[in-house]
Amino acid sequence: MERTLFKAQRISAILLAPWVLIHLGLILYAVRGGLTAAEILDRTQGSLFWGLFYGSFVLLVTVHAPIGLRNILREWTPLKSDNINPMCFMFGLFILVMGIRAVAAVVG
Amino acid sequence: MEVRIWRGKAEGAFSSYHVPVRDNQTILDVVTEIQREQEPALAYRFACRVGVCGSCAMTVNGKPRWTCRTHVTRVAHEGVLTIEPLRNLPRIKDLVCDMGDFFQKWQKAGGKHSGSLTRADKPALVDITNPARVTANAAIECINCAICYSACDVVAWDKDYLGPAALNRAWTLVNDERHSEREETFDKSFGEGGCGSCHSQGNCTRHCPVEISPSESIAGLKRAAFSGLPKMDGN
Repeated sequence: MERTLFKAQRISAILLAPWVLIHLGLILYAVRGGLTAAEILDRTQGSLFWGLFYGSFVLLVTVHAPIGLRNILREWTPLKSDNINPMCFMFGLFILVMGIRAVAAVVG
Repeated sequence: MEVRIWRGKAEGAFSSYHVPVRDNQTILDVVTEIQREQEPALAYRFACRVGVCGSCAMTVNGKPRWTCRTHVTRVAHEGVLTIEPLRNLPRIKDLVCDMGDFFQKWQKAGGKHSGSLTRADKPALVDITNPARVTANAAIECINCAICYSACDVVAWDKDYLGPAALNRAWTLVNDERHSEREETFDKSFGEGGCGSCHSQGNCTRHCPVEISPSESIAGLKRAAFSGLPKMDGN
């Protein structure tokens, strides 16, 4: 399992890197242009592109973040793997649900 | 020259001794002179005295070193030497550590060679130009001194981490065509506390007295997670 998680975290990191840059660029563009929340939503709602972009973003974070959190908890807390694994699984589910909810609100 | 030496176990204190400076004097010479002339109860380990056996590693002025090959002139700071046992290992007495964990982790990392030939077979013919063999040879000369294990910060904070020496050993076996359990060794090196826990800080490589790079070996294991086990046919 460790090897699979190791690979999943590395691959998700590689894919997330350009996604994060695009996301940051988008924020800078939107803020610089002085767009209001309503104007932004007007452009994103109904957009298949932004739906796919942020949907895949959420999936990648759902894979990447819980594995990293698992490593941190294992190294820095006295918690045992038996407790850490379900905690991080639940954390991943939480990110997934909240992320999908947010994407649905932006593009739905 | 003043020499401060740790006396005791985990609880203890430094005792100071004075030793004359001599030509070509090593740290092990100094410890031996103190034990023979001043402090017969001083406990320390050594065997070969020439950098082969890996028994005499200690912490000298804050850094792990092989004491038989470390000259006093290279490390004495303002005429003072401070000598302690290796870090990250339980202290038994004075400069002697319990190496049990260190060697058990070798086993946990799949470090035991498993051959497939019997004594009735002819010795294996190994092509020394095979890339996998070249890779194994680059990491094979480890003398088990535990200096890398002592230098590693990840070992210090994660007691389950197998450590640089054990993972370096696993990498040599993964690249050894005579080892019949390459896949098993690779799996063990990636188990909990295995190579995925390495932070690539490089203290192991910086301090290795025989100039092996455990960092490179661990990186090789990590790469193999994606590329698969090294091929044995040289392709």
